[in-house]
Amino acid sequence: MIFEGKVHKYGRDVDTDVIIPARYLTTSDPAELASHAMEDIDAEFVKRVEPGDIIVADDNFGCGSSREHAPVALKASGVSVVVAASFARIFYRNAINVGLPIVVCPEAAREALGGDLLKVDAVAGVIENVTRGTRFEAEPFPPFMQQLIERGGLLPYVRARLEEEQAAAGKTAADAPAGTEGDS
Amino acid sequence: MASTIAEKILARAAGLAEVHPGQIVEATVDLALANDVTGPLAIDEFEKAGFERVYDPSRVALVCDHFTPNKDIKSAGQVKRVRDFARAHGIDKFWEVGRVGIEHALLPELGLIAPGDLVVGADSHTCTYGALAAFGTGIGSTDFAAAMAWGRTWLRVPESMKFVYRGRPSRWVTGKDLILDTIGRIGVDGALYRAMEFTGEAIDVMGMDGRLTMANMAIEAGGKAGIVGHDETTAKYLASRPEGSRARTAGEVFVSDPDAEYADVLEIDASAVPLTVAVPHLPANSRPAAHLTDIEIDQVVIGSCTNGRLCDLQQAAAILRGRSVHPRVRLIILPGTQQVCLDAAADGTMQTLIEAGAAFSTPTCGPCLGGHMGILAAGERAVSTTNRNFVGRMGDVTSEVYLASPYVAAASAVAGHIATPDMVCTDGKT
Repeated sequence: MIFEGKVHKYGRDVDTDVIIPARYLTTSDPAELASHAMEDIDAEFVKRVEPGDIIVADDNFGCGSSREHAPVALKASGVSVVVAASFARIFYRNAINVGLPIVVCPEAAREALGGDLLKVDAVAGVIENVTRGTRFEAEPFPPFMQQLIERGGLLPYVRARLEEEQAAAGKTAADAPAGTEGDS
Repeated sequence: MASTIAEKILARAAGLAEVHPGQIVEATVDLALANDVTGPLAIDEFEKAGFERVYDPSRVALVCDHFTPNKDIKSAGQVKRVRDFARAHGIDKFWEVGRVGIEHALLPELGLIAPGDLVVGADSHTCTYGALAAFGTGIGSTDFAAAMAWGRTWLRVPESMKFVYRGRPSRWVTGKDLILDTIGRIGVDGALYRAMEFTGEAIDVMGMDGRLTMANMAIEAGGKAGIVGHDETTAKYLASRPEGSRARTAGEVFVSDPDAEYADVLEIDASAVPLTVAVPHLPANSRPAAHLTDIEIDQVVIGSCTNGRLCDLQQAAAILRGRSVHPRVRLIILPGTQQVCLDAAADGTMQTLIEAGAAFSTPTCGPCLGGHMGILAAGERAVSTTNRNFVGRMGDVTSEVYLASPYVAAASAVAGHIATPDMVCTDGKT
């Protein structure tokens, strides 16, 4: 997962209400949501954004509402990855769950300016600011999150877990033939 | 090992003897909830992933409260999607308009939350349930879909932060003022990924309504949960829930050990906390209300999941009794539930508010998130007892929301500008 794109830079505490205002939450259609992405903080964003572009922001990106429509809207708008100094926790979970790559790196986030060209290796956690000739290492994902990502996301993970459990339950039942309960 | 209440609840839910901050656990969910905004997306994901059944329909609640009564054709379609799913999967915790309420007011009122429960909700204010000595936390739609399919969720055990409120609050100062003041001290990410535990004399003497308000706003400091330990007030509230309800028949009582470890302990002199208002555009921009009295307003909203319980409406009525809403101001009351409406009708609160010039709405999240029933035009200002004052939250991007308590909101409605109760109750009557 290596992304190269132009930076759209924002400050701290970018909330999910400005990422996708609630007046558009009468749909879950990604393309429709994308047409209003960032509307209340940057009305020109949807006109400017190009496939592969990168959002860079300061601390607490995605604070506020739990609406998963926020990372869905960003992903469908063409944003390839979000680099921030930190993320609000529900947005962090949601981004991983909808497959929007996110990278935590305060140094890279604070240095980059709008229009910079960034190269982000979201797996290795390496961020190169091509415009400024700088290179940063991001915080790695916790091992559990890596496992989730490797297994295709949360729902495929849960499916596999349920299937494993059902298989194990079936095996236990088969191992204990009728009439043997209570013998021990 | 000494543990905090958050750690004890998560250990119980995960079936472990103890857990430590930073540990990832798989925990059994006692109740998972979603609404008409987050539910449809979750149902899409549930079905796309090929799940055929809900793990335990009795542990799922679908509360269509955001854009209801349906504000337009699209929102009607979203509610229908949720209703059809509830019927198809035997989820009986679904309520039609007329019985539905604002989720975080309705579920505790019906006794669906027991102490020690783990509640996850596709709504960020799920942290409200911490007031009942439970662990409630917000998740997204996909996480909710997973909880429906699996009956479990994964969680990172949070560090806990202890807030000790010394002394008793001054007259008119409520839980809303304490939590706005606290968020102002620590910032909108001051409790990021952490459980906020509210303790001290001011909490001990606070009623359940105030505690629900405080826990509700933990998310506005980035908190994963806002919790009050179990005490007599908790027990009394739970005992008054409907007979046979989960609140009366289930649950486990937890309090933090005295020597539990906290990432941070903040001591706050509650007696010195002023009537507090959070100015645009962050809940952390808290200021004394008395410093803002030159700010003229167009609308006042009293209600929501934060301050839409009977006690909140009674506080508003105490200020508005025998007074009138300023001619230039629109006052909208958003009761949390139908029971709140009935109680407010029975004790005269509703009549007082309507006689003063208020519009009494049906329960809905409505204008809190800029949905419907009171949207702000360009440049308009509102004082609101809701929870967020982000850019464009209640309407146009140039409109402004000032967060406050029901007392301050009601006083402001009378004055036509931000006001304290003492400024309008000059005749000594409250």
